[in-house]
Amino acid sequence: MRRPRWLQGPRLKAEPAEPADAEARALMAARMEAAAQARLGRSLALLHVNTGSCNGCELELRALSNVFYDLERFGLRFVDNPRQADVLLVTGPLTRNLTVALEQAWDATPDPKWVVAVGDCAVDGGVFKGSYAVVGGTGLCVPVDLTISGCPPSPGRILTGLRTLLEAHAGQGAPRSG
Amino acid sequence: MSGHSILQAAEAVVCRPWLRHILPPHDWSALARASVADGWTLLAHWADTHAAHALYFDPVALAAVPVSVPVEHGLYPALSPIYPGAAWYERMVHDLWGHEAASGADPRPWLDHGQWPLVAPLSVRPQTATEGDPPQPADVASDSLMLLQLGPVWGERQEVAALRLTLDGPFIRQAESRLGYSHKGALALMRGKSPRAAARFAARLSGDATVAHSLAFALATEAAADVQVPPRATALRVTMAEIERIAGHLDNLAEIAGLAGAESIRIRCGGLREVLARAAATAFGHRLMMDGVVPGGVAVDLTNDGAEVILRALGDISMQMSWLRQAQDGAALFVHLAGIGRAGTALAATLGVGGVAGRACGLGLDVRTVFVPGYAALSPRVAVRPDGDAAARQQLRIFEIEESIRLIGGALQSLPDGPISLPLPQVSGEGIACAESIRGDVWHWLQLDHGQIAAIFPRDPGWCLWPLAERVLENATVDDAALIRLSFGLPSSGPDL
Repeated sequence: MRRPRWLQGPRLKAEPAEPADAEARALMAARMEAAAQARLGRSLALLHVNTGSCNGCELELRALSNVFYDLERFGLRFVDNPRQADVLLVTGPLTRNLTVALEQAWDATPDPKWVVAVGDCAVDGGVFKGSYAVVGGTGLCVPVDLTISGCPPSPGRILTGLRTLLEAHAGQGAPRSG
Repeated sequence: MSGHSILQAAEAVVCRPWLRHILPPHDWSALARASVADGWTLLAHWADTHAAHALYFDPVALAAVPVSVPVEHGLYPALSPIYPGAAWYERMVHDLWGHEAASGADPRPWLDHGQWPLVAPLSVRPQTATEGDPPQPADVASDSLMLLQLGPVWGERQEVAALRLTLDGPFIRQAESRLGYSHKGALALMRGKSPRAAARFAARLSGDATVAHSLAFALATEAAADVQVPPRATALRVTMAEIERIAGHLDNLAEIAGLAGAESIRIRCGGLREVLARAAATAFGHRLMMDGVVPGGVAVDLTNDGAEVILRALGDISMQMSWLRQAQDGAALFVHLAGIGRAGTALAATLGVGGVAGRACGLGLDVRTVFVPGYAALSPRVAVRPDGDAAARQQLRIFEIEESIRLIGGALQSLPDGPISLPLPQVSGEGIACAESIRGDVWHWLQLDHGQIAAIFPRDPGWCLWPLAERVLENATVDDAALIRLSFGLPSSGPDL
């Protein structure tokens, strides 16, 4: 096909492009990686560790799986083995009889790991503070990253706490509604 | 010699609404033997600093029979040779008060895992604990068997306990549970407090039976102080207790359906439980109505639109009930549950099992029909099944949801006006009362000393459900174990105290 008359001539030949700016390229790569981490890296495996709870917190943890909260849509899922877990969700006032079990669960959880104290008892022993049978809050045994108070905390409140952890875990990506 | 003739010869103290007979040691043992012959059940066994106590139920007279034996030189006659289910109580009595059951069936520790700073923390002078060995599980019969150790960290969003299964191929030959992990020292915390302050601990004995435990505790306090709460409080208590029952049964139905792969039932029951929990939060200010029932009445009145919100939620549940009944009896789930976890009537009766587990194997006791105030005018209906399996327990839970909806409707329709609580007098006294929790009858015994709790024991249904579940597991395959545990709804925190 003949080129139109106005496109003919040596002046309109494609010139070799400048090489991409290395600095800008590195910047862009970092941004894409961050976005991918925020979009795709949103998954945390939760292990529930009961350290002497009355079953009130467990009721509300179970409620997280009902259709109203549906926590799996946020990439949160419960596992039953510390080796599969990213997060230990601890409930109860840490009875002396469970201290060893909590330590063992924490040791068996691979790094990086987070500990969330769910409910007033796990935060600081709650009403059972001072009992001969109770150590107190989870933090007296393992390092705690997040506390969710309430007796028991509502599922909505637990979910908000877990999503905060998720956002922090996923980097500085914009919060995404479910 | 019958139980009542032994009692007639003994001295007695008032333990409202009954008498507590104080028996010499040989009569204590004789009564235990006579109670078996008379068809009584042993409901609970506990102690205080100077005596051991037992609570029997006489099904003919429809009466609770509390008896005591003085502890001499740290010893009292054991009940476990006559009632094997009493062994756990005896181990608990030894761990908390330091009294030893002479010739008891099992001398191993129970609640005390060797981690407390004190020995016998409820005794007059608790000693500082020395380094001890943790209790060992019972020996395994044969080397060729495999051991499956479950818990105490299950990762199941359930209560905490350990279960050791001895397996012969896929069959469970021996099941031994180990509780005490959630022992929080509630009895020591309640002692010396006013009933209102101690009620917070009663409400936290068992989270999904918080209303039932609060109610039994409040009724026992009111019996001890000999007061009657205002009629509006009684009606609101019935409302709360029945909301808790519906929510608890829905939760249990959802969990079992989830485990059995019946996803549609899990989704609906879980959603309906949430609807009801939100209605409870609107009406009473708390999703579980924790701390709602207090000695002297109730802590909160219904909000202005409370009754309407509750009735609307119950309407939502009612609309799903015929679907739920069909789905439950539908092929998939019913076939899965039929025959699983079958409990024998004789065993359940010996252990004093009530609630859904008891009614599913023909034992018809529901303390709401006899003892709990506020129910007589509503005439609650009690259903009983003969099968004793997981399917029967599911059918009963569905029946009880529908019945509780009717009871709440009745209670709210004729809700009396007036005060919701009264102040308790600063008196001394002793009382026993009960309430029907989602798992069966809860009994509270307590002594007031000038308005303060001097001694208390709450009996949770877990005391009889765990031993029952152990025996039932021993005839099952290991793949059914999780379903069987869930079907009994085994509680730990309540019996762990």
